[in-house]
Amino acid sequence: MLWCCLRFPRLALEAVRGEGASSSLNPFAVIDGPQQRRHVVIADAAAQAAGVHGGQPLTAAQALCPLLSTRPRDPASERQSIDSIAAWAYRFSADVSIAGSDAILLEIGASLALFGGLAALLRRLRFEVAAFGFDYSLAAATTATAAHVLAAQADGIAIPHAGPLASALGAVPLATSGLGDEAIAALRGMGFRHLRDLFRLPRPELARRIGPDALDHLDRMRGFVAETLVRYRPADRFERRLEFAFGIESQDALAFALQRLVRELATFLVARDGGVQRFSLVFGHERGATTRIEVGLLAPQRDAASLFELARARLERIELPAPVHALTLVADDLPPLCPLHRDLFDDRRGEMLDWPALIERLRARLGDMALQGLGCVADHRPARAWQFTAVDTRAESARVLQASFVSGDAGLRKRPFWLLPKPMLLRGEPAEILAGPERIESGWWDEHDKRRDYYIVETNLGQRAWAFVPAESDTGWTLHGWFA
Amino acid sequence: MFTSTSEAVATALAPSDFTQAPPLARKPARTPREEAALAEVLRHPGIWRRGTAARASVDAQPTGLAGLDARLPGGGWPRGALCEILIEHDGIGECSLLLPALAALTQAKQRIVFVAPPYIPYPPALAAAGIDLSHVVHIDACAADTHWTAEQCLRAGCCGAVLSWMPTTDYRQLRRLQLAAETGAAIGFVFRPLAAARETSPAALRVQVTMAHGLPKIDIVKCRGNVGETTQAVRLRA
Repeated sequence: MLWCCLRFPRLALEAVRGEGASSSLNPFAVIDGPQQRRHVVIADAAAQAAGVHGGQPLTAAQALCPLLSTRPRDPASERQSIDSIAAWAYRFSADVSIAGSDAILLEIGASLALFGGLAALLRRLRFEVAAFGFDYSLAAATTATAAHVLAAQADGIAIPHAGPLASALGAVPLATSGLGDEAIAALRGMGFRHLRDLFRLPRPELARRIGPDALDHLDRMRGFVAETLVRYRPADRFERRLEFAFGIESQDALAFALQRLVRELATFLVARDGGVQRFSLVFGHERGATTRIEVGLLAPQRDAASLFELARARLERIELPAPVHALTLVADDLPPLCPLHRDLFDDRRGEMLDWPALIERLRARLGDMALQGLGCVADHRPARAWQFTAVDTRAESARVLQASFVSGDAGLRKRPFWLLPKPMLLRGEPAEILAGPERIESGWWDEHDKRRDYYIVETNLGQRAWAFVPAESDTGWTLHGWFA
Repeated sequence: MFTSTSEAVATALAPSDFTQAPPLARKPARTPREEAALAEVLRHPGIWRRGTAARASVDAQPTGLAGLDARLPGGGWPRGALCEILIEHDGIGECSLLLPALAALTQAKQRIVFVAPPYIPYPPALAAAGIDLSHVVHIDACAADTHWTAEQCLRAGCCGAVLSWMPTTDYRQLRRLQLAAETGAAIGFVFRPLAAARETSPAALRVQVTMAHGLPKIDIVKCRGNVGETTQAVRLRA
C-alpha cells in the first residue's frame, strides 16, 4: 500500500474567496463561531502581516487590523470543492477517501504501473490538481495516517518504503501530529516536543497518560494496526449549471456552452466507468422560466463527441422562447456501460456508423417517433391490415420470428404497393376495370364497419389504382391505393 | 407482373462484340517484364479497356428482370451507387420494378429504408412480394430533412437500399448522395419526376419509366460503364 495525501490548508479561505471577494485588496479573514464569540479561522497574507492568525478572537483581530474584511466560513462550499477534487482523484485510484474537511487520501500503490511509476504519477497529480487553483501540499507514505500527517509538515515528502517511515515521523512536532488537543497539551506539559520522543516510551505508560485513542493514532501512523477509511463513492447523479452574464439567443453560443457541459459529463462518466442513457438540458430564462429538452438514448453512451452531436441536434430542433441566462445539464439515469464488441478485422471506414448509432443520429434530428418498422395485422379492412411497429435497434438484427401472415388477404388477393393514408376521390372515370369487385366487409364489432367493393382499375394515364365503391350505393370511385 | 420481351435485344448487345480489339500495328512481342509493368499501369481504376472484364467489376443486385439485368453492367442495380428512377405518374409500376431486388436484400438480412415515402408502403403487399418486414424501416422526415436523412442512411454502411422521393433536388445534392452511397456501399434509389431526365445527374444509373401504348416501359437514360446502346426499352407488364 502506498498512500498519497493532498492537503488544502487554505481551502476555507479559497472556497469563500472564489466567489468574487478576491477583488478587494483589504486584509481578509474567514471567521466562524457563535455570534458573541467569533474567531478567525484563517487569514490571508495581508492580514497575517498585521498579526491576525487563526484561532484569534474577532475583536482582537479587528483591533490589530482595523481594515480587516471578514466573511463567515462556508462549509458547503468547502465540501463541494473537496468533493470535486475527490471525483477527480477517483481517476487515479479506486481507493479515495476524504480526510477531515481539507484533505483527500488516495491509494496509489496499485496505480503505479498504469501511470508509469511514482515520480510520473506524482508529477501528473501535481499538474492536474493545480487546475483547481487551490494551495496544496502533497505527501506519500505507506500508511494513510502518516501521509496525512506528513502533508501537514511540508509539500513533497514521499516515503514509499516502510523502513525510513518511523524516523521521518519522528521529526514531526507534536503540534501537527494529528493527536487530540488534550493529548498534545498533556505531552507538552511532560516536556515532549516531537513524535520520536513518544515512540521511545513504553506503551502501557503512554496509554495511561494519553488515552487509547491517541495511542491508536500513533500505531496506525506507523502501520502497526490496520487503518479503516471511508471510501469515497462518486455521485450517482450529474448536475452542472452554467450561468451566463447576459441572455444568449444564438444557437452557436449555446452550443459552445453545451459542449463544455457535455465534456464535463463525459469526464464524469469515464471516471465512473459508466454511461448515460437519458439526460435533460434545462435552459433558464428570466424570472425563473425554464425550457427543458430531454435527450434519450437507446443504449448507454459516454463518448463526448457523439453525446454532443446528439444533444446539439435536439437543441437545433427547438425554438427557445426567450434569451437563455443559464444552462443546466442533469443526468439521473447512469447505467453501466457495455461497450459494443467490434470485429477486430472490421474494415469499415471511420465515418461509417453501426445501426444503433445511425438510429440515434436520425432520432436526434427527426424526433423520437420518426423511425418505425412496418408490420401486418390480421384484419380484412385495408386501413387496418398494417401498423407501424417499433424499429429493431439491435446492431445485428437477429431474425425475428415473424408471426405467419394469417389475414384474409394472405397474399391470395392482389394488394397495391402504395396505400393512401386517407381514401380520396378518384379523378375522372377509370378507363378500364381490370379486376373486381372484391367485397371487403368487416368490422361490425368495433364501430368501424366497412362494406366496400374494391376494384383494380386503370386510369386514362395508364396508372393502376386500387379503388372502391361503397357497397349498395352509387357515390362514385374512391381511390385507396396505387399499384406502383 | 413483369415480363421481358427484350431477350433478343439483350443478346445482341452482349459484350462479345467488343472483346476483340482491332489489330494494332505490328510490334515486337513484349517481354514478360514489360507485360508486368503494363499490367500495373492498366490496373489503375481510371483506365477502362473496352472488351476487358469491365462488367464483372461492378457489384450489383439483380433486378429480377432478365431483360433489364442483361443490359446493366454487373447484371443489376449497381451497389454503392445512386439509381434514379424517373417517373411520369405514380402507379405505373415504378415500385414493383424494385420489389424483387428489395425482397432479395431483406432475405439476405440487409435493411431497406423508405425515406419519407409519398404514401404508405403497404405491408401486406410487401410481404406478399417476399420482403421480410423485420428489415424494413420507414422514416418520416419533413421535406427539408429528406436529403440529410437519405445521406446519413446511405453513408452509414448498415443499410442495403435506401429509397427516397425527391421532387425537387439539384446536382449538388445528388452528388452528395452518390458519394454517400459509394461510402456506405448501399443502393440509393431516388424517385424523381420525368422532367428531370433533361437535367444532368451524377447518378450511376438513370432509368425512366413511362407509358407507351397503354403499357409501361423502361428506358435506360444513363448507365455508367455500359457498353451498348442506352435507349432501348424493356417492357414492363404484359
